[in-house]
Amino acid sequence: MDVLTDNFSLYGEGFLGTVELTVYASALALVLGFVMASFRVAPVGSFRVFGTVWVTVLRNTPLTLLFFAVMLGLPRFGLVLPFEVFAVLALGCYTSAFICEVLRSGINTVPRGQGEAARSLGMTFTQTLGAVVLPQAFRTVIPPIGSTLIALAKNSAIAGAFSVTELLGTYKTLSELGYNIVWTFVWIAVGYLIITLTISAIFHVLEKRWGVAR
Amino acid sequence: MAVVDPLIELRGVNKHYGALHVLQDVDLTVGRGEVVVVIGPSGSGKSTLCRAMNRLERVESGEIVIDGQPLPDEGKALARLRAEVGMVFQSFNLFAHKTVLANVSLAQIKVRKRKREEADGRSRELLDRVGLAAHAEKYPAQLSGGQQQRVAIARALAMDPKALLFDEPTSALDPEMINEVLEVMQQLARDGMTMVVVTHEMGFARSAANRVVFMADGRIVEDRTPEEFFTSPRSERAKDFLSKILKH
Repeated sequence: MDVLTDNFSLYGEGFLGTVELTVYASALALVLGFVMASFRVAPVGSFRVFGTVWVTVLRNTPLTLLFFAVMLGLPRFGLVLPFEVFAVLALGCYTSAFICEVLRSGINTVPRGQGEAARSLGMTFTQTLGAVVLPQAFRTVIPPIGSTLIALAKNSAIAGAFSVTELLGTYKTLSELGYNIVWTFVWIAVGYLIITLTISAIFHVLEKRWGVAR
Repeated sequence: MAVVDPLIELRGVNKHYGALHVLQDVDLTVGRGEVVVVIGPSGSGKSTLCRAMNRLERVESGEIVIDGQPLPDEGKALARLRAEVGMVFQSFNLFAHKTVLANVSLAQIKVRKRKREEADGRSRELLDRVGLAAHAEKYPAQLSGGQQQRVAIARALAMDPKALLFDEPTSALDPEMINEVLEVMQQLARDGMTMVVVTHEMGFARSAANRVVFMADGRIVEDRTPEEFFTSPRSERAKDFLSKILKH
């Protein structure tokens, strides 16, 4: 119990680090996932290819490897950014591949005729997607997007290995200080629970609000 | 048949679904103000023909010209041309997440760039015309099939199209609802709307059509006035088809 009270500021810093990583990477993942999903259903072939390659590469690369590629690879091309930003990039891009696939499966649940009707009225691809298909797809993808973002929150722990301040990384300092390892991890787990349960709660509300049957 | 003022022209149109040659060198001209009814056995390519006219189906070869303009490839130009050709589907395809009023107004706002009040005003006018003014605030799922199809017709009309395509508009309806939809279509025909109607409703073909196009196996077999077609079909295929459907 002392572990928490003695080191509250250390835990707090780690907790905030994880929250920041989760929020920024989620935002990036949602935006990129949305763009890639649009690409994957676009009428232009080269867009579809780009989206497919994006998903295939990122979804099939181990996240740790991706972190190495971003943290060590990008600086070689002259792109030097704080580690936190690199971590957000790696996490966000990685998760965007999953978000893209979730959105695409949501788009596929909308009957074909909905898009056809919109197009037959002269609506462009973007208008069709934005005003007709996605609002209906949105309702079915709320739960799986929640799951994907929870996975992102937990995946953010990998950033700790790259000297980014986050929750799991606090254990190193604490075990060096000689605290009981079990209690150290219990409080870390509680920290993650707070974050993931918050995401669950947000998505529960979203589902209540918009996830109604048609 | 010679057409004075052509609005829709198809020349040598071909399409395959895999090995199936669904449209084989189809030539068809629809004049302004004309009502052309397309009939034929299932799988004869009549729905595909109808959907090809606003390029919901891509064709492999041949030319499709709408009001003097060849149908462009995907993109803004195609969208503009589609706005001029309304389409009514077998399964209505009303936007499930929008009210009846919003269904009719959406494309007016997005495509015709009308103000919301102006679009809603026009929508209510059209809903009144198809007898559904009282249902404007409902969602599509709360309406019967016949009502949904009439909303779909109002939605297509809201774009002030030059022509309307009907792809089996009554095939998914209960018998008692077919007439309410056909009456709206009859009225449109009387008002001089250019219409291409794929249907199994022979009564409608007889009373409203200027021409009947009979399709079989991806080809146009006959293209004649309804009286001629129904009283003395020339081809064996058409005779056989009519004998099967007019028996009961």
